[in-house]
Amino acid sequence: MSSVAYKQADYKSDVKPIWCPGCGDYHVLMSFGRAFAQLGLPPEEVVVVSGIGCSSRIPAYTNCYGFHGVHGRSLALAAGLKVTRPDLTVVVASGDGDGYSIGGNHFLHACRRNVDMTYVVMDNHIYGMTKGQPSPTTEPEFDTALSPGGTKVRPFHPLVVALASGANFIARCFSGDPNQTADVLAQAIKHPGFSFVEILSPCVTFRPDEKAWKDQVHPAPVTETSDQGKAARRLMTDDGFNLGILYRGNRTPYQPAAGATNVDLSELEKDFEL
Amino acid sequence: MSKSPGTPKVANLHDLLAVAYQIEIDAVDRYNLLADQMETHNNPELVKVFRDLARAESIHGEEIRRMAGDFDVAAHARQIARFEHSDSPEEAELGAAHYLMTPWHALQLSLAGEKRALAYFTSIVETTKDPKVKEMAAELVEEEAEHVSLVHRLLRRYPKPSDSWADDLDPPVSQE
Repeated sequence: MSSVAYKQADYKSDVKPIWCPGCGDYHVLMSFGRAFAQLGLPPEEVVVVSGIGCSSRIPAYTNCYGFHGVHGRSLALAAGLKVTRPDLTVVVASGDGDGYSIGGNHFLHACRRNVDMTYVVMDNHIYGMTKGQPSPTTEPEFDTALSPGGTKVRPFHPLVVALASGANFIARCFSGDPNQTADVLAQAIKHPGFSFVEILSPCVTFRPDEKAWKDQVHPAPVTETSDQGKAARRLMTDDGFNLGILYRGNRTPYQPAAGATNVDLSELEKDFEL
Repeated sequence: MSKSPGTPKVANLHDLLAVAYQIEIDAVDRYNLLADQMETHNNPELVKVFRDLARAESIHGEEIRRMAGDFDVAAHARQIARFEHSDSPEEAELGAAHYLMTPWHALQLSLAGEKRALAYFTSIVETTKDPKVKEMAAELVEEEAEHVSLVHRLLRRYPKPSDSWADDLDPPVSQE
């Protein structure tokens, strides 16, 4: 934390986003800046790591350190970074395709491992960048050119999966409320361990129906809980539009074994010499 | 004191000036963001409209800064002028943007913002107990009312587009 008063604009880079006008990800970018400013985080002490997809372009639009990584592998990158540089604030950005499909396996194990970082998934229930294929959260009946009549496949329930896998903080936000999103992100960053924040972020190009989300979202009618059983019941009966912090656990974050980060790299390199 | 849930607390004249300043600055940022979007998506007519709107709001912001004299209104705004549950009143609705939008749509967004600002300052006039705040808020109400009229006048130049305004002959298609 810093005594300098930062403002949202301090976290914005000179790179102009190429998202579609009306895209929810603009709001998410705004929320990142507001959350970092709220916490007084110097931009050079924050790292935004991402995979591939519309949402994963976000590191370039921030003035923080960034790593635009491999599809679905952002969590692995971020975990390695956080373990070796625990002094940095690590925020990982992803989408429902990158995070739940290509990176689904990493998602499970990142929750389980509980490294102290924040995972933000901008969920628009579609692959936007590659032009509208169904993603793991697409509704079964949603008709696309590649899935006429819908996939008929049950959507992934990321919050339930996160809880079952051990995430230590679980929340849902709506991109159209950037202040509330910023507040939740700030709390997620502050909370020790692996924090998972799903942000419903409409794709106005391939899912124009999602413009209606602003009328469907609502604050969760319950207060946050640290009871996993209670959280599980709530999340399993969740309508997908409950907003707020839905679970705040108290697991101890992962710590690498003593000395594990103090390795002489030249010794390691010897193992790879030809 | 004027305080609605989620809106900045306006307890004195400095607070009011700071909030008024921040409202204009937020509007400038939002219009510039929309102009950037239109630039990226090759809608030059809208780039100009949004840049013009940003310039106009910037002038209003500077006027408020001058009215504040030696008082550092920008610094105070950073401390107190935060709208908790919504955009700042004059910020154009980001989610309403479309790559084929027309000046009429841009001005509708602007009109809505000016009306929200008008309602906001009106609520301060109606609720504050501080005579100086009331007097300044009333001035701001007059200004915002003028802006509403101005946008209405500008709208005469740009009639409402036909319902097919969003039709794209080369649309972003789902991959076959």
